[in-house]
Amino acid sequence: MARQPDGPPPPPTVQKLRIRYAKRGRLRFASHRDLARALERALRRAQVPMAFSAGFSPHPKISYLGAAPTGAASEAEYVEIGLAVRCDPEAVRAGLDAALPEDIAVLEAVEAAPGTGSLADRIDTSVWRLELPGLSLTELAPAVEKFLAADVVTIAKRTKNGLKDIDARPAVASAWVGDEAGCAILHMVVRQGTPAVRPDDVLAALAAVADLRPPSPPRAVRVAQGRLDDTGTVADPLGPDREARPLQEHAAI
Amino acid sequence: MAQSAVYPGPVMTADLRTTAGESLYPRLEPLLAQIQKPIQYVGGELNAQLKPWETADVHWALMYPDAYEVGLPNQGLMILYEVLNERPDTLAERTYAVWPDLAALMREAGVGQFTVDGHRAVRDFDLLGVSFATELGYTNLLEALDLAGIPLHVVDRDESHPVVVAGGHAAFNPEPVADFVDCAVLGDGEQAVGDITDVVKAWKAQGRPGGREELLARLARIDGVYVPRFYAVSYGPDGTIAAVTRTRDDVPERVGKRTVMDLDEWPYPKTPLVPLAESVHERMSVEIFRGCTRGCRFCQAGMITRPVRERTITGIGSMVEQGLKATGYEEVGLLSLSSADHSEIGQVAKELADRYEGTNTGLSLPSTRVDAFNVTLANELSRNGRRSGLTFAPEGGSERIRRVINKTVSKEDLVRTVTTAYANGWTQVKLYFMCGLPTETDEDVLEIADLAVEVIRAGREASGRKDIRCTVSIGGFVPKPHTPFQWASQASPEVIDNRLRLLRQKINEDRKIGRSIGLRYHDGKPGAIEGLLSRGDRRVGRVIERVWREGGKFDGWSEHFSYDRWTQSAAEELAAFGVDLDWYTTRERTEHEILPWDHLDSGLDKEWLWDDWQDAISEEEVADCRWTPCYDCGVCPTMGTEIQIGPTGRSLIPLTVV
Repeated sequence: MARQPDGPPPPPTVQKLRIRYAKRGRLRFASHRDLARALERALRRAQVPMAFSAGFSPHPKISYLGAAPTGAASEAEYVEIGLAVRCDPEAVRAGLDAALPEDIAVLEAVEAAPGTGSLADRIDTSVWRLELPGLSLTELAPAVEKFLAADVVTIAKRTKNGLKDIDARPAVASAWVGDEAGCAILHMVVRQGTPAVRPDDVLAALAAVADLRPPSPPRAVRVAQGRLDDTGTVADPLGPDREARPLQEHAAI
Repeated sequence: MAQSAVYPGPVMTADLRTTAGESLYPRLEPLLAQIQKPIQYVGGELNAQLKPWETADVHWALMYPDAYEVGLPNQGLMILYEVLNERPDTLAERTYAVWPDLAALMREAGVGQFTVDGHRAVRDFDLLGVSFATELGYTNLLEALDLAGIPLHVVDRDESHPVVVAGGHAAFNPEPVADFVDCAVLGDGEQAVGDITDVVKAWKAQGRPGGREELLARLARIDGVYVPRFYAVSYGPDGTIAAVTRTRDDVPERVGKRTVMDLDEWPYPKTPLVPLAESVHERMSVEIFRGCTRGCRFCQAGMITRPVRERTITGIGSMVEQGLKATGYEEVGLLSLSSADHSEIGQVAKELADRYEGTNTGLSLPSTRVDAFNVTLANELSRNGRRSGLTFAPEGGSERIRRVINKTVSKEDLVRTVTTAYANGWTQVKLYFMCGLPTETDEDVLEIADLAVEVIRAGREASGRKDIRCTVSIGGFVPKPHTPFQWASQASPEVIDNRLRLLRQKINEDRKIGRSIGLRYHDGKPGAIEGLLSRGDRRVGRVIERVWREGGKFDGWSEHFSYDRWTQSAAEELAAFGVDLDWYTTRERTEHEILPWDHLDSGLDKEWLWDDWQDAISEEEVADCRWTPCYDCGVCPTMGTEIQIGPTGRSLIPLTVV
């Protein structure tokens, strides 16, 4: 039987907050672990009354949802935190935002509404925007057309156990192109799943079907996450919580 | 240089010209997308500072010559970064060793060594300060100089190049890097960097009179600043140094170290840097005292940082409070060379634990002396945080060898202390030892096994538990300058590796006990090279350069360190001088040999060091001058300093509820 520290157990979770944040600029180079560390320290600096796990090594109650890859920026990262004291979600959002580096912006915080299901169940798809410096629309458009027309596009993906062949095509629900100031932009809606298909994999697929090789590394931004609906777009994963819960009294932080 | 022609090496060939102070980030960014752990190069850490280039008269680039994850938490660099940036006329930014993946791309794209704060070219700064905690960073200095576009050799630099300043403990013998560093600062840097800044500022304001030569001459007149080029070294027929003579009469014959008195007046770092990236220390640190007079004969840090200067309990309390607020860390390390020796440590631990009750804030001490440990203290330290392992450093395996190194503790006391820890709920104890100490025999090392077995046996009995563990961590001893062992013969890698093999066999003899004992050790090869660099003279610079030109860097990392490259380079470069690797490492020095660092003054009297070396051989101990009368090591009278210890009688008032 595992030993327990002396004294009472830590106070229980009385409120869960669901948070959307962005990673931008230089901090697109932060990994999931880097962001997790920064967030935990910012919660302490902002003096958010976190709930902790029991045991000799108490950890704050934080659940992370699938993070954007290192090197990709995002406007839609999600995390859920458990609090030991009820708080005004907007005050937590503002406090946390102030305690984090400028390039991490805390965009929304809503109280998790009981009975509306888990946040993870509301996310199965990412919407991406890829800037491709040095590439023109006329080069990009036919390659994307070719990719979408294909049934199977096999690429070699680097995994923990070496290179592995995967089919990059089925995960891409839709894709379209545009350009801004002479720089080609690739938009796409990509289902999350196993094996994960990331922006780099789609570029590898474009190289495979159309020999498209951008002269410099792309800048990827995850624009949104959510459940893919019939119209081909994603629904706001915080929507159900927002709808379920009108204003309530909160302790100030 | 002639050598460049023979060994082209990984040199930077691109034209690195930039507008002074311009950010290289737009050109760096595409490279970052192609490498491992890019976060370490982007800066933007919490509490980082960025000033407009033109607002400062003097620009410092501060380098830790190892990977970011090792260099960022370095206290020394963090202190100087704050002290310098507090001056309105000065700007200081940080730079770290660049991993080979990015270095290759930088050479290809013509992007020079940059600072992580403003991504400014190191080449544009007035000064490049490099902190050497270990000599194994020397090849990384050469790599950074080359990546920066700064000539490797001081003689090839002109007044447009940064002045390269070495600091840190290794700077007490900078001779092996004398060809590459313009000056070395001995001792505490807090005040010295201010003096250097004043000199550079005045020289620039006057229109740089006399060029680089004049600037260096002015720097050489600052207390604690050594400019190697103003000292000539000659050698005798047997290879030893014949004389070290100054080449200008306006520089001091001997350069003495700097000592900061009254630590409470220097409460740095006030706002410690917090990286996003993972680093080796995930906590903030408060230095609770500087210096140590325990007199461990192997310990360079304890010898060159005398006397003991304590921060007061109230000084510590306010640094902890301010630092936690500024960082959000959940652990505070109370740092020093022997933290349990602070005159108020019990009260510090208790009152800090009271203050942070219920906040999940842990306190920790680095390794604890066996004779200073008590359970009350350990309980206070772990009250609010995590009960991690305890670490003790007996250093020597037998009582005999512990007398030789002057870290005397009996086997019974050691076993009793560790057993007490197990009985009070700690399940993990780490014990640090060294192998290859002067006069050591196989038996001395094998006693480590007896000790570990005894500790587990007694610990199981006292705690009534089977799952307790003891980890024995052991490394090869490297004799260091300015210690009583500076004359000693260093044990060869073969001797060390053999003793470690015997030790491992003996620990595994009894599997029932042996499975509770972990053994962590490093082979003896890197120690031999560290020994060459530690006690080397200017001739060793040729070896360092050769190793770097053949691709050597990150020598502190086993996956990059190449023993063969070092031994081969040493053999070829040193042959012309009639000396070799063994001459620098396993050779025992005689009393009157001129040592390469004799003209650098740590305050220790050379005669006292020699007498202490003789006492070591005859296994005689020396007591701590904090509690017994002065034994004339020489530091206080030479440096005009004194011991500063408590207790102050003050206490920490509880903080208002946060």
